[in-house]
Amino acid sequence: MKHWLASFHRLASPPIFFRLAGRIMPWSLALAILSGGIGLVWGLVYAPADYLQGESVRILYIHVPAAWMSLAIWAFMAFAAIAALVWRTKVAETLAMAAAPIGACFTAITLLTGSLWGRPTWGTYWVWDARLTSELILLFLYLGVIGLYRTIEDPRRAARAASVLILVGLVNLPIIRYSVEWWSTLHQPASIRLSGSSIHPQMLWPLLVMALATKFYFLWAVLARARMMLAENESNKQWVRDLWREGRL
Amino acid sequence: MHPLRRRRLAFLIAVLTALGLATGLILVALEENLQHFYSPTDVESGKAPSDRRFRLGGVVAEGSLARAPEGLGVRFAVTDRFRTIEVHYQGILPDLFREGQSVIAVGRLEGERFRADQVLAKHDENYVPKEVAEAIARARQLKEAEDATP
Repeated sequence: MKHWLASFHRLASPPIFFRLAGRIMPWSLALAILSGGIGLVWGLVYAPADYLQGESVRILYIHVPAAWMSLAIWAFMAFAAIAALVWRTKVAETLAMAAAPIGACFTAITLLTGSLWGRPTWGTYWVWDARLTSELILLFLYLGVIGLYRTIEDPRRAARAASVLILVGLVNLPIIRYSVEWWSTLHQPASIRLSGSSIHPQMLWPLLVMALATKFYFLWAVLARARMMLAENESNKQWVRDLWREGRL
Repeated sequence: MHPLRRRRLAFLIAVLTALGLATGLILVALEENLQHFYSPTDVESGKAPSDRRFRLGGVVAEGSLARAPEGLGVRFAVTDRFRTIEVHYQGILPDLFREGQSVIAVGRLEGERFRADQVLAKHDENYVPKEVAEAIARARQLKEAEDATP
C-alpha cells in the first residue's frame, strides 16, 4: 500500500509523468488504429443490415461509442478536477484541461451522427426531448470549460476555476444516462445493460471493438495534449530545458 | 491526509451532495414538463392541453391504418393498450411507420380526433439483422401452419 501510494505521488511530478506518458502513447495509438480499423471495416462493411432501419443502422458503430466517450471523458475530467482542487497537483489540472476538447469533439460527433440517423429512422433531424437536450447541454458545458480555461491568464488559477465548472456539470451525467428511463423521450432506451443486450451478437461485437478503439484513442490524445501543455506551462523549469537541449521535445 | 486537503475534500463532497440534491428536486418539480409526449390515457384523463399543440405517443393499432383513395391523407389509431385515439394526418410518413410500431404524432385535438401535422417513428432498443428477423418470421409462419393442420 505504501509503495503503491508512493508511486502514485511520484506520478504527480511533471517530469516523471512526461516520461511515462511518452512511453504509453505509442502503444495506445497502435492499439487505437488496430481496433479502430477492425471495428470500422467490421461495422461498416461486414455487419448485417437491421430488419427495420436497413443500412442506416451502421451509424450506430460511430454514434454509440462516441456517446459513451462523451460521458466517460466528463467523468474522467471530474476525477482529475477533484485531484486538482484537493491536492493542487499540476498533472491533475493539466489532465482535466487536456481532456476537455477531446470530449467536446466526441459530443459533437454524437449529436451529428445521431441527427443523421434520426432523419431516416424517426423522420426528423432533431427533437427537444430529454436525451437530446441534455446531450446538447453537455456540449455547451464542454465549451464552457474550454472557454473558462482560456479566459483566465494564469493557467493554474484557470484550471482550478474550470475544475469547479467540471464538478458542477457532473450532475448532467446521470440526467443524460437515465433521461430515457425517467421521462418519455423519442430516443430509445439503452440496448446494453448489466442484465444483457438487445443488440444481436453480429452487431454487438463490432460495436464493442469500436468502443475499445475510442478508449485507446482518448488515452493517446489526452496524454499527448497533457504532455505538451505541461512542457509549455513549465517551459522555464530545468527539466523542460534539459529535454529541449537533448532534442527530446 | 493533510488536514488542509481533508478539509478541501470534505467541502467538495458537501458541495457536490448539495448540488445533486438541488438538481434532483428541480427535476422532480419539472417532471411534467420534461415528458416529451402524452399517452392516449393522459389525453382521455385531460392531462394534455386542449387549446394548443402537443405530442401524442403510442403504438399504431393493428388494422387501423387507412389511406385516403387520393392524396397523402392517412388515418390511424394510436393506442397505449388502455385507450385509443384516432389520428388524421396529411403528409409523408417516415420509413419505419407501420402497424404495431411506436410513433409520436405532433398536432392538436379536434374534438375526439387528433389532427397531426407531423408524425415521427420511435425506434425501440432492439437491433436484429434482416436475415435473422426473416428466419424468425418464417419459423413463426411454419409453427402457425403446423398448429392449424390437425
